[in-house]
Amino acid sequence: MQSLTPEEQRRTAGFFTTEISHRVKRPLRLMEVCGTHTVAIFKAGIRQLLPAGVELVSGPGCPVCVTPNEYLDTAIAYSRQPNVILTTFGDMLRVPGSSSSLLVEKAAGADIRIVYSPLESLDIARDYPDKQVIFLAVGFETTAPTAAATVLTAARADLKNFSVLSSHKLVPPALQALLDRPGVRVDGFLLPGHVSAVIGVEPYRFLQRNFGIPAVIAGFDPLDILQSVYMLVRQLEDGAAKLENQYSRIVPAAGNPAACKLLEQVYQPADTVWRGLGMIPSSGLVLRPGYSAFDSRSKLPVVVEPASEPKGCRCGEILQGSIKPTACPLFGRSCTPDHPVGSCMVSVEGTCAAWHKYGAGRWQL
Amino acid sequence: MCLAVPGKIVDKQDMLATVDISGVTRKVSLMLLPEAQAGDFVLIHAGFAIQRLDEAEAKKTLELFKELEKYAELDA
Ligand code: SF4
Ligand code: SF4
Repeated sequence: MQSLTPEEQRRTAGFFTTEISHRVKRPLRLMEVCGTHTVAIFKAGIRQLLPAGVELVSGPGCPVCVTPNEYLDTAIAYSRQPNVILTTFGDMLRVPGSSSSLLVEKAAGADIRIVYSPLESLDIARDYPDKQVIFLAVGFETTAPTAAATVLTAARADLKNFSVLSSHKLVPPALQALLDRPGVRVDGFLLPGHVSAVIGVEPYRFLQRNFGIPAVIAGFDPLDILQSVYMLVRQLEDGAAKLENQYSRIVPAAGNPAACKLLEQVYQPADTVWRGLGMIPSSGLVLRPGYSAFDSRSKLPVVVEPASEPKGCRCGEILQGSIKPTACPLFGRSCTPDHPVGSCMVSVEGTCAAWHKYGAGRWQL
Repeated sequence: MCLAVPGKIVDKQDMLATVDISGVTRKVSLMLLPEAQAGDFVLIHAGFAIQRLDEAEAKKTLELFKELEKYAELDA
């Protein structure tokens, strides 16, 4: 929190770490689901502050990391079409597909533009009425409503040359699928603050009800994260399994009803494939039939090469928190942030990228 | 990817707001947060305001941290 002096912050952090150390009686594995948390944890050196028994593992928390090759291959196939302009958030450019990447295609002449907001795609569509503008709609519940709002704006303006290639994903079904897997051990969850800002608290209730797992919706300042770990540890030592909200200054219990309503209006849940986790029922979003005029796949069919996974990449296990990046034989050798082989090395929020950039601290193997 | 930044709404025209993000002004859509008003602190993601900062809750967190700071001092 900015309104504390550095000295006050240091002392508060000291309080949390001391309390955590006193309370932990057995080894705990806590999973942060969100890549923004992963980066904040590394930046602030939080792993090093925690006692040896508390391990923080990263889960499937970055939409870039969990986007499967098939989606990228489809985007690449579109980028090779004449008269197509692709718009995308910058993170997607370097993700390797089966045999190319958008960056490679862009260098080869494809018209691919980075946007800050999906709404910018509509300006481009107006400027180029003879071209088809396709927005790569990737992201979790935080981002999906912005795409929904864009589709709705395009529908109202009757823009005929704009569509979205949707690969939106939902966090709660992925957590459910992860916990249903044999061999995945998680004692508690740090839940993603900005996803929760949209969906609110209730969609995570199953963690407590079906799995008896404590969970805390966490903010992104180092003290928020330490407090959230402390809240989890306290629950675990009390034998409780509650759903708590540390980030209530941004996350009201009901989330953002206007955003949820818009999402519901434009999209419907569908089965979708996650890199490393496979197909998860009802974990994706597709446009409702009433908006199929804005669905790239049904509007502009394209032939896509058969997808293949990069050899040796262990992103699947990384995304389930079952191995650390250093266990991948390619880590730091043929796979680096400059030359990523797998998607976890691409996004700055990817687990492999964070380990590579910040080092693994006490966890270095 | 769901990186979001706080900003202050300095002007609102229908569904479009001008926000001040650490001294830089930007236009953001209020389609996802129509109730936001000039003067509000909002969280901005991908060109949209997605949530309001609840100042009372923010204050609570801050007070808790301040209290803990005292506690930590006693403990030391
Ligand atoms: S995409 Fe969202 S949930 Fe995922 S890592 Fe980034 S901020 Fe967190
Ligand atoms: S180091 Fe590279 S290849 Fe290995 S798991 Fe991570 S992203 Fe995949």
